[in-house]
Amino acid sequence: MVIKEGKKMKRSHFDFWFDIVIYIVLGITLFIIAYPLYFVIIASVSDPIEVTSGRVMFYPVKFGLDSYKKVLEYKELWIGYRNTLIYTTCYTLLSVTITLMAGYALSRKELIGKNIIMAYMVFTMFFSGGLIPTYLLVRSLGLIGNPVVIIILGSVNVYNIIIARTFIQSTIPNELFEAASMDGCGHTRFFFSVVLPLSPALIAVMVLFAAVTQWNSWFNAMIYLNRKELMPLQMILRDIIVSQATFLREMAMDVLGEDFAREALLAETMKYAVIIVASLPILVIYPFLQKYFVKGIMIGSLKQ
Amino acid sequence: MFRGRFPIHRRKSYWLQVLENYELYLFLSPALLYLLIFHYFPMMGIVIAFKDFTPSLGIWGSPWVGLRHFIRFFNMPMFSVILKNTLTLSIYELLAGFPLPIILALILNSCPSLQFKKVVQTVSYAPHFISTVVLVGMINIFFAPSYGIVGHILRKFHLLEGPLFILNDPAWFPHLYVWSGIWANLGWNSIIYLGALTGVDLNLYEAAEIDGANKLQKIIHIDLPALLPTIVVLFILNAGRIMSIGFEKVFLMQNAMNLSTSEVISTYVYKTGIGQGSYSLATAIGLFNSVINFAMLIMVNKIAKKLGETSLW
Repeated sequence: MVIKEGKKMKRSHFDFWFDIVIYIVLGITLFIIAYPLYFVIIASVSDPIEVTSGRVMFYPVKFGLDSYKKVLEYKELWIGYRNTLIYTTCYTLLSVTITLMAGYALSRKELIGKNIIMAYMVFTMFFSGGLIPTYLLVRSLGLIGNPVVIIILGSVNVYNIIIARTFIQSTIPNELFEAASMDGCGHTRFFFSVVLPLSPALIAVMVLFAAVTQWNSWFNAMIYLNRKELMPLQMILRDIIVSQATFLREMAMDVLGEDFAREALLAETMKYAVIIVASLPILVIYPFLQKYFVKGIMIGSLKQ
Repeated sequence: MFRGRFPIHRRKSYWLQVLENYELYLFLSPALLYLLIFHYFPMMGIVIAFKDFTPSLGIWGSPWVGLRHFIRFFNMPMFSVILKNTLTLSIYELLAGFPLPIILALILNSCPSLQFKKVVQTVSYAPHFISTVVLVGMINIFFAPSYGIVGHILRKFHLLEGPLFILNDPAWFPHLYVWSGIWANLGWNSIIYLGALTGVDLNLYEAAEIDGANKLQKIIHIDLPALLPTIVVLFILNAGRIMSIGFEKVFLMQNAMNLSTSEVISTYVYKTGIGQGSYSLATAIGLFNSVINFAMLIMVNKIAKKLGETSLW
């Protein structure tokens, strides 16, 4: 009895310190992940000179919205924004429609040849022709420079189709369709008036996956588009924040004088504002939709 | 008795059932057509790896050259460089990036405060939604030689004199690449493990408590075994991708100074193919990569099966 009490005491002592270690580790993790994001925000509303000289660390210094004014004046960025909105909307509509239809069809046990169709689909997940053959194909289809290619490429994602199939399979029992079909309801009507209304979570996940993918993509635009006015947001961003211009400008600064310096510094903090403006739509809606994203991953992880 | 469209006769012919469910095939047709055009047609295009492709002659009209492009590639001085870089990056990424989400999930799962756990989760998923362009942009801004915040912090603690030359240093590229990736995806990759942990039978914890187990012992003897199948499956998937280091981030992070460690197979394929127009050579390099990937996936899966754990198929 005494030994047991002692053991319990020792255990709770250990658990107490263990909890503290957990809090410390999670606290550090939280800081490391959150700080860069936080810094982008405070730097975007601080004075350029304060930011570049390192006086901004934990809170905004000499609050000002000059960087955002500069972003508003940047025409190309807004053309990119508009293009991305159009691409994202069309791509999402196309992708989600195709995915849900295919997912439904694969979830039905009346489908003959399901294994062959699945193999046909899954094979493309593990083996592909690669960049060059795809590029040559797009070129021979005459789609280079045509924005349609941005909308079509990647619109069919086998992984998402499997998620949709698994979801429909596990939420809509086969008996439901059997009952409906006895009353003369075909697959098309069943899909639109039973499956879709019963799957808002699935639709939300698919819309979000597709929208985020397209919003963040730039590779296809770089390869297949050639006119600047068709470029999506991420391509414009790439010019502003990734290109080596920063480095060169810094070197030029030492040579040129103060006047040039002021303008160049503003161009530096403008980058922070650009990051905020470009990521805002997704970062704002994300916390509200978090549970759907998480759900999507969980469905996808179910073993087929 | 069965007046509906789908009586449960077992003897009905296949074709009849196909006909009765023609709508399902219509539903599938856009996806199947897309895969045919944009995945299977390009797979046939792989033949140009064995040909001397000139656009005017077309894929089928160009002359066969056998394995010439492969041999040329294997004899290039670049071959060993990009192979080494690709392997370094992906193995480093796997070793550093794979265990951390598991550890985070275990810690989150035993965090006593649900609210704190939620805050950490929400914040740690957020960077996943930042685009690659913005992520690389942030790296460039933060590590900029004299304006970057990292340099400022280091100078403040007198760990650095003068500008910070990390961005252009080939030795630093793998670290920047891997750890920025971990920063962006740590939380997101832990979701799947957290999900698996919610499936653990609560009675197990209770029983362990009665037996006098402390929190660490519960993690080691209950949580970890519960995660093992998920860990194995994800490890197989990751190991199968060992040679397919993503193009986008590496390409964006490349600059003239760090190429000796940052040129990988996929970026090299892009530069030889689209950049220089050596389509056949680039396709050969890409095919070499795909075949190794495919082989890796099958091999790792076999090993997993031998070990008696879960496998993909």
